[in-house]
Amino acid sequence: MPGHIQSIERAAAILRLLSGRTRRLGVGELAGELELPKGTVHGLLRTLQRVGFVEQDAESGKYQLGAALLHMGSSYLDGNELRTRALNWSDALAARSEESVRIGTLHENQVLVVHHVFRPDRSHQALEVGALLPVHATALGKALLAHHQYLAGELHRTGLRAYTGATITDLYRLRRELQDVRERGWAFEREELIEDISALACPIDDRRGLTVGAIGISGSSERLCDDGAPRDELVSYVREAARSVSRELGAIPW
Amino acid sequence: MRNGYVASIDQGTASSRCMVFDRAGRIVSVAQKEHRHHFPRPGWVEHDPKEIWGNVLTVVRDALDNAELSVHDIVALGIANQRETTVLWHRDTGEPVSNAVTWQDTRTDHLCRELAGDVGQHRFRDRCGLPLATYFSGPKIRWLLDRIPGLEERAEASQVLFGTMDSWLIWRFTGRHVTDVTNASRTMLMSLDATDWDDDLLDVMGVPRAMLPEIRPSAEIYGESGEPLAGLPIASALGDQHAALVGQTCFSPGEAKCTYGTGSFLVLNTGDQPVRSRNGLLTTLGYKLGAEPATYALEGSMAVTGALVQWFRDNIGLIGSAPEIETLARTVEDNGGCYFVPAFSGLFAPHWRSDARGVIAGLTGYIQKGHLARAILEATAWQTREVVESMNTDYGVPLAALRVDGGMTANNLLMQFLADVLDLPVVRPIVAETVSLGAAYAAGLAQGFWPDVQSLRTNWHKAAEWSPAMDARTREKGYRKWRKAVERTTDWVDDDD
Repeated sequence: MPGHIQSIERAAAILRLLSGRTRRLGVGELAGELELPKGTVHGLLRTLQRVGFVEQDAESGKYQLGAALLHMGSSYLDGNELRTRALNWSDALAARSEESVRIGTLHENQVLVVHHVFRPDRSHQALEVGALLPVHATALGKALLAHHQYLAGELHRTGLRAYTGATITDLYRLRRELQDVRERGWAFEREELIEDISALACPIDDRRGLTVGAIGISGSSERLCDDGAPRDELVSYVREAARSVSRELGAIPW
Repeated sequence: MRNGYVASIDQGTASSRCMVFDRAGRIVSVAQKEHRHHFPRPGWVEHDPKEIWGNVLTVVRDALDNAELSVHDIVALGIANQRETTVLWHRDTGEPVSNAVTWQDTRTDHLCRELAGDVGQHRFRDRCGLPLATYFSGPKIRWLLDRIPGLEERAEASQVLFGTMDSWLIWRFTGRHVTDVTNASRTMLMSLDATDWDDDLLDVMGVPRAMLPEIRPSAEIYGESGEPLAGLPIASALGDQHAALVGQTCFSPGEAKCTYGTGSFLVLNTGDQPVRSRNGLLTTLGYKLGAEPATYALEGSMAVTGALVQWFRDNIGLIGSAPEIETLARTVEDNGGCYFVPAFSGLFAPHWRSDARGVIAGLTGYIQKGHLARAILEATAWQTREVVESMNTDYGVPLAALRVDGGMTANNLLMQFLADVLDLPVVRPIVAETVSLGAAYAAGLAQGFWPDVQSLRTNWHKAAEWSPAMDARTREKGYRKWRKAVERTTDWVDDDD
């Protein structure tokens, strides 16, 4: 196995920290987070700045991700862009499934809700855009994790908190479930975050086949499931919605 | 009741689209085809009516094929259309006299000023609800009659016919020469009170009555289509913004919708009486469902809303795509005191000042690109506030909530800010395609597919709602600054520009 190049790992860690925050970070904050000397972090930042991967705010001296990185069209996809492109398909999914729809992206080892469509009934509901959900206890999170395996390793560090009796708290079991998700193409949440609430989700891929988000429905287990398993037609609605959004993003039709 | 679907055509400015809906108002199938724009001279914008007719047939066919449906599965076909675009054609051959003169075409600028004379832009406002402006069809007809030799005689003999896109399509489908009240209300030739062609207006504009279509309700079976869609009942016609009012199920007086696109259109249902605006709004028809009395509406149009974001993307280049403006705007907490009034070709509703040009006000050394992005998004919300204030004054009953649709509703920052500055709940329905849905609803009502408007209301579902969360002092200070910025746009254009 070839040796790791430490400075690349560190640069990647900086980029990951910057991509996970809505505000800019200073050298001191980054050094603190990474437990590295300020001088080392500064050197890395200067190199990243030269290649356009980070930008420094002239006034505050703090750093943010650079335009070059944002426009490389890799796994990064602006959440606002994703919502805009997914709008018609997520509406259609809510109308067909008669459940609420959420689209999530990965954000600091959590799921950031970038879009939310209300369940089409008369009940009072509040917009949850901007909410953060645990990756291991949600269908959205598991659909994303299945295609970002390196994160599962990080979860080992933070631990898997139990939200209900059904939450998967064992990393080995989680990895096995993620394997299932990859094989069948959709993720299921069986009352793992909230009692009596189940959810279904599928990954959204971009034109390079990278998973950039996940779309899913959630609702009472009574409506979503038959004998503990998700209803077939709901699975097919979610899969079709994910396919449509992926096509919209330029993924190869499948 | 047998199963079935309703289809509608949205014959828009950029493309023609067919959508098929089920009884719950859900989209079953979509097909779309763009048509060419012709620019024979600066300011002239034309479409080829025959190309559009061909595209309409194609998209209906494609939409049916996509869902594996036949003509017999469709109980009715409705039409929503780009408004005011003018087509003249020969009755005997069905050949267009010329390309269609679109609503964007400004060739009647001089003619409109001539018609305004000493009385001014609002000369016919009481009669037809509209100011003299290049959008509307009446002057476009006159322009064509003046330019094409022999045309006026043939028009007087009913050998040459006029229609907006709805009329042209219905004529091709069924052979009947009709239009609906909403489309007729955009010609400047219809009396608002009588909902019929007005002899005085026809006289002043010099348009022969013999060339005009019969004005019919928006929801009514106009006839059955001939080949290749033989037997399909054509059962509704509405101008696109009027169709959106129906699609949003704004069936009660006081309910309003705003469609946010390149430009934005706020339409308020004012019930069965026209409300004359004293505050720069248009008075128009909302819809007329069968034998029921016509419903009137007030309309406030904002010329530059989404177009400002596109300008920022294409001409300034700080964002790569329109949705990225929200990301950029969220890098800062507020607008930093910066206001952007996009009076690119003057101020429209409610100001109507053609001497105005765009302004960025409140610039200081502190302002950076995030503040500009905020100011650009906020401009759409402030313009809406101005229109809503005019509506509240004209109509007398303040708006209680705003129903929104269109592409910009994907922008959460804008929608929240809109709720904040209007101090009203802003609600997005689950079917964003309200224009197509409205035309389908009207057609389905005419055919009895839906029994009444109440059954359509139960189809309407909230997809999202934004509640106001701004304190009154911040809101009113912001509005005061916006109005000061608007004041700074006027008196910019000089005679020698």
